[in-house]
Amino acid sequence: MTDLTRADQFPLKRRDVAQQISDAGGEDLLIVTGLGSTNWDFTAAGDRDLIFPLWGVMGGAVPLALGLTIAQPERRVFVATGDAEMLMGLGSLATVAVQAPQNLAIAVFDNERYGETGMQATATAHNADIASIAAASGINVTGTIREQAELDAAIPIMLEGSGPSVHVIKVRAEPLPFILPPKDGAYLKDRFRKALLGDAGIV
Amino acid sequence: MDWWKDIYEAMKAADVKQVVYVPDAGHAKLIDACIADNDMRAVPLTTEEEGIAMLGGAWLGGQRGVLLMQSSGVGNCINMLGLMQTCRFPLATFITMRGQWHEFNPWQMAMGRGTEPALKAMDVMVESVEDPADVGAQSAALLHRAFVGMHAGALLLHQRLVPIKTFGD
Repeated sequence: MTDLTRADQFPLKRRDVAQQISDAGGEDLLIVTGLGSTNWDFTAAGDRDLIFPLWGVMGGAVPLALGLTIAQPERRVFVATGDAEMLMGLGSLATVAVQAPQNLAIAVFDNERYGETGMQATATAHNADIASIAAASGINVTGTIREQAELDAAIPIMLEGSGPSVHVIKVRAEPLPFILPPKDGAYLKDRFRKALLGDAGIV
Repeated sequence: MDWWKDIYEAMKAADVKQVVYVPDAGHAKLIDACIADNDMRAVPLTTEEEGIAMLGGAWLGGQRGVLLMQSSGVGNCINMLGLMQTCRFPLATFITMRGQWHEFNPWQMAMGRGTEPALKAMDVMVESVEDPADVGAQSAALLHRAFVGMHAGALLLHQRLVPIKTFGD
């Protein structure tokens, strides 16, 4: 019998993980965060113009990042999304694998819950294994991280290694305060484009 | 029928760099031309909604892209189309129609008839073209409305434009 509450005891805490990645990534990292808790995690770590947080379009984080990655082959693109958001767009892992962008890193913050809707169990609380799905989709660099030492070892691979990579980070299922980024999509788009492309980014 | 070349030329003139698609017989020659074009990135999708998100990401990164799909794919895109309106991303999608003309497959009728209402429900401007001589002008207009007019738009390519499909009956 699967223990659907095991994530309550996972040692890694998502806000700490986001802070560590945000600090290591530096100001040039292009970040896409998925609906919903990873938005709040990376806002808590420090909102900035080159984060594009998705307040909706569940399943869209990875394909949106793929389009960005192709447009910006010299820049590292980092996706942080949740297990439920990733589960809704699993096909996009196969799409990414076909394109094989070296500058794309995907981290799935897996608390085995639907965080915004009452912490109901996702399929990863049962038997679904997103890192294995990614590997079977053709992604060469994959892993599941459960401990701090594993995270420390994986971050340079995410930020500097040859991608695409998919790392599932098992994080504790815990209630946390909302730390919200701006929600106006046109503003989020324009500030990102201006920071990335300069004045030419504003049309 | 070479109307697909007019779409390709319009895409080249509009500096389209990413062509994302779910294959369709009606788009087959255009997709092959995009794959062969070293100045375009042709990306096959597992589902059309990935393409909507990808085009948003392409625009974020400073590139123009288009989505090629069949009418049945529009139904897969509905929630994702909200991204375009919410963020005011441009959208240009070329849609080959099913459920019209000599359609032989009743399973294609429902989404074929639902294509235009579904797009309009998500505030996508819809134009249709049935005359092959008008495909080039309509394509150029779609791309201009998207990337200069900053609007979300679709061009429906009527089923009369593609050979009548059968499974032998």
